[in-house]
Amino acid sequence: MNMSDLKHKTLEEIEKIASLQDWEELRVAVLGKKGSLTLLMKELGTKSPEERRLMGAELNVVKEAVTEALDLRKHQLEEADLDARLARETLDVSLPPRPFFKGKIHPLSSVMDQAIHIFGQMGFKVAEGPDIEEDFYNFTALNFPPEHPARQEHDTFYLPPGADQQPLVLRTHTSPVQIRTMLQEKPPIRIIAPGRTYRSDYDATHTPMFHQIEGLVVDTHTHMGHLKGCLEEFCRLFFEDPALKLRFRPGYFPFTEPSAEVDIWWKDSSWLEILGCGMVHPNVLRNCDIDPDVYQGFAFGMGIERIAMLKYGIEDLRLFFDSDIRWLNYYGFDPEARE
Amino acid sequence: MKFTVSWLKDHLEAEAPLEAILEKLNSLGLVVDKVENKAEPLAPFTICEVVEAEKHPNADRLKVCRVNTGHDVIQVVCGAPNAHKGMKAVLARPGVVIPSTQQVLKVGKVRDVESFGMMCSAQELLLGDVSEGIIEVDPTAPLGESYAKWAGLDEILIDIDITPNRGDCLGVYGIARDLAATGIGTLKPLKQSAIKGTFSCPVALMVDPDACPYFTGRVIRGVKNGPSPEWLQKKLQAIGLKSISALVDVTNYFAYDRARPLHVFDADKLTGGLTVRLSRPGETFVALDGKAYTLSEDMTVIEDDSGVISLAGVMGGQSTGCDDSTHTVFLESAFFDPIRTAITGRNLGIISDSRFRFERGVDPESTLPGLEAATQMILDLCGGEASDVVSAGSSPEGAQPIIFHPSRCESLGGMQVAPVRVVEILKALGFQVKGQGEKFEVLPPSWRFDIEHEADLVEEVLRVEGYDKIASLSYGVRPEGKPLLPLQERRFIVRDKLAGRGLIETVTWSFMAKKEAEFFGKVPESLVLMNPISQDLEVMRPSLLPNLLKAVLFNQNRGIDSIGLFEVGPQYSAATSDGQYMMATGVRAGTFPIFPGNWCEKKRPVDIYDVKADVCAIILGGTWEPIAPSWYHPGRSATLKLGPQVLGYFGELHPRILKAFDVKGPVVSFEVFLDRLPLPKKKTTTKPKLILSPYQAVERDFAFVVDQDVPANTLLIAVTKADPTLVVGVTLFDVFEMGDGKKSLGIRASLQSKDRTLTDEEIQAVSQKIISSVTQATGGVLR
Repeated sequence: MNMSDLKHKTLEEIEKIASLQDWEELRVAVLGKKGSLTLLMKELGTKSPEERRLMGAELNVVKEAVTEALDLRKHQLEEADLDARLARETLDVSLPPRPFFKGKIHPLSSVMDQAIHIFGQMGFKVAEGPDIEEDFYNFTALNFPPEHPARQEHDTFYLPPGADQQPLVLRTHTSPVQIRTMLQEKPPIRIIAPGRTYRSDYDATHTPMFHQIEGLVVDTHTHMGHLKGCLEEFCRLFFEDPALKLRFRPGYFPFTEPSAEVDIWWKDSSWLEILGCGMVHPNVLRNCDIDPDVYQGFAFGMGIERIAMLKYGIEDLRLFFDSDIRWLNYYGFDPEARE
Repeated sequence: MKFTVSWLKDHLEAEAPLEAILEKLNSLGLVVDKVENKAEPLAPFTICEVVEAEKHPNADRLKVCRVNTGHDVIQVVCGAPNAHKGMKAVLARPGVVIPSTQQVLKVGKVRDVESFGMMCSAQELLLGDVSEGIIEVDPTAPLGESYAKWAGLDEILIDIDITPNRGDCLGVYGIARDLAATGIGTLKPLKQSAIKGTFSCPVALMVDPDACPYFTGRVIRGVKNGPSPEWLQKKLQAIGLKSISALVDVTNYFAYDRARPLHVFDADKLTGGLTVRLSRPGETFVALDGKAYTLSEDMTVIEDDSGVISLAGVMGGQSTGCDDSTHTVFLESAFFDPIRTAITGRNLGIISDSRFRFERGVDPESTLPGLEAATQMILDLCGGEASDVVSAGSSPEGAQPIIFHPSRCESLGGMQVAPVRVVEILKALGFQVKGQGEKFEVLPPSWRFDIEHEADLVEEVLRVEGYDKIASLSYGVRPEGKPLLPLQERRFIVRDKLAGRGLIETVTWSFMAKKEAEFFGKVPESLVLMNPISQDLEVMRPSLLPNLLKAVLFNQNRGIDSIGLFEVGPQYSAATSDGQYMMATGVRAGTFPIFPGNWCEKKRPVDIYDVKADVCAIILGGTWEPIAPSWYHPGRSATLKLGPQVLGYFGELHPRILKAFDVKGPVVSFEVFLDRLPLPKKKTTTKPKLILSPYQAVERDFAFVVDQDVPANTLLIAVTKADPTLVVGVTLFDVFEMGDGKKSLGIRASLQSKDRTLTDEEIQAVSQKIISSVTQATGGVLR
């Protein structure tokens, strides 16, 4: 057999190999210790130098070609083998994942958080006061005249009087935090006060406990234009509608003058009242030892449930407090990592 | 406050369309609650005449009527006892919607006799409560015409909310005055009457000025009481008031027209003169509503020789009320103190139009003009002659003038208004204005009790101009920094962490039933509400757990067996500011994980290590003590402390608690006092440098047999302490109960040096140290 035949025959055989096992057998048969090519190489030693040089060069070419073909074939076989294995190794990806924790944040907490964030960007800081409040902070200091019908409108819960015989109430609004803040801090003041509030009323549109967020600004120059701007900015950001229309109309609160009620134009169909506000009443400033001839500012208060219901289309107020897991899962929010 | 557009136009000359009037009312702060036209749903109901009424052949109580509709004669079966031949009635034809039932009327057969319509009762048309028969229409009413139109019901009724400071707008005239100030119409002047008495008042008057600052009255004799004229009846009925009799209707008219309550006594029923004084405790009085009231002291009453006959400003008495036989009346017009009236009405639980007005403030200057105007109307409607006026006291002193800088409209109200316009507005509202330019002296009108400061005047100007003219301004300067203090922000962080552990946040009442609260500690009397909305919401909660357990029950009853809930909120130990604690409290009940079953992970009952992990997610650190409050299982609960301070608890709930709340176990819970946790470290604080050893760590496993009651933690500490430099980690990988009071604890210790590879000998030596340290600390032996 001459070199050329050997090469062709071997390359043909390599082409035909169907498995890695066959491949190994052929490799041994050609390049192994007793392989056909190896034996030819060994024979070279018996040849004359001239023959050795010629045959050697030819043999090397053959060996190189065979080796290359073997390597290629091996790679092809391995690939095919892997493909075959992968084709067998399938998993049902439609199976549910391993369980992962999936709790929920109550919509009231989320709305409170959103409101704090929006007002926070306008420079407001959060202030707080107790739920069990002295009549003084809840009413008297806020310019509610005793026996005035405005006081009766609050449906107040009472607790037994404290040690100093001061009547104690469950705060009917977050406004007493205004008083606590103004008695502790000097203007300029810019605070919000979110929290629980209580009134003795329980029907489809009232719950004996609810949440409010209060706002208070006191400085030397803030006027109703700022109040309007501030609440417009809040409502537009909160309801995620930069074109949201607001309507301010006169209202009455003993602790603000002028007072206003604010409506938003909702779903292109009607005005909905969402909050009350006004300029801090001079008597309230005076009650907090702040000179009303020097300082002025605004205050507002809104119901967290109210704005949550509007934003998320929640229809029944009472369900906020029912602890129904199905409801909480539906209206609740996924937790977020906080900075 | 309800009024009709036509009533408004008695006082306001205005061409403006309804929409414009409504818009102005809203922008004035007189909020339009409702606008309705009763005639609209009643339009198809027409006036008919019963030409024949025969007994129904198959029913004694029914009649078969032939009814003239004005166009034809139809057959109608009617069950009303008052249906009779010749009467005029209100007819509904098939296809019409009956207001009371909202049902469409159909041609029907009543006991085999066909009926092609229905004659209606007042109740069916929602015009009254009487359903005892059909409406009997005046015989002169035109056949075939719309009943509502004929009856004057074709009126637009406006209902507005009046804020407590605007007593003056509890009369139509006051509303008209506000509207006129905006320029939408012109206020018509009131007719002033001053009737000269033809005889001196025969009723003597004694008034205690403390009880009543200003009281006027007079006798009108020879009156003929009876139904008031149609125009007055319709006016009152249109706003939902019942017409009673001419005399009473006159007083109601002035209450709603001028916000001026009046009272009429039947003077023939009076014995002796009238005394206005403060009540004495225990006095009794039967009011016009037929109820007897026992008075406390300091209520203003009017008495004659028979005793108390009127609760002044609140309600008149039954014994001296007017009826059709009344011939002589004593007409009262007075100013009663707002606060006293409010207290009286509230203490006795009497709600009346009079009280509502007096407690919000009635114009004292309307006392005499009101008396005169009402006298005139009584004379006009009932005839008779009036006596001289008797009076005592005078109008209380009005408000003081206010120095007003019109520039405040801009500096406080954010609206630039020309001083001349300011004057114009204030004058239109009845204020007297002196001065000009920069500074005015403004005297509020006698009917405004709510004007004391410049700010009040700014509001008056702004609301007439319209708040929509205030331009919005955005804050340019915004103080930087986070809105929440670390302590406040922690509540939100904790919510996210607990929700991240699969718990669902809930929000529950701050109050609860005393019985349930007391499983969690005694509730002091100071935390029991004096006026709870119900027994279930009676005490301020000493713990969040009762509400969470009720939430567990609520959800278990809905078939959910895997429950994890938490709440971040206050609990209360005393009625003081430092008696309120911010808590993060959670419960886990039933099975874990909290999923509806999963193919690759088995459910298992929740246990205390789940809630221990919840606590550790909130706070790592502190020391655990194996004791806890009484609501926990004594052997399966712990307290987390930092020094002497209790940070929280966790454990299995006591079986007694589960039984009391009727929940299915197991239930485990945790409570963390959020405000007691140490504040998180500042993020800028540098940590000690991390040195990673380049030398491989070696791990060695040990199993120790210890007594059952040895805390695993004691053993873990002993392992670490055996060689603090070389033992760099220890994990507990197995706990095995062996019985006989013994357990086996499997631990893996990581041994590593920072500067060399440990030799076998060194490893051997550390292992020995670990074994002897454990033996010394726990008595445990290597298994």
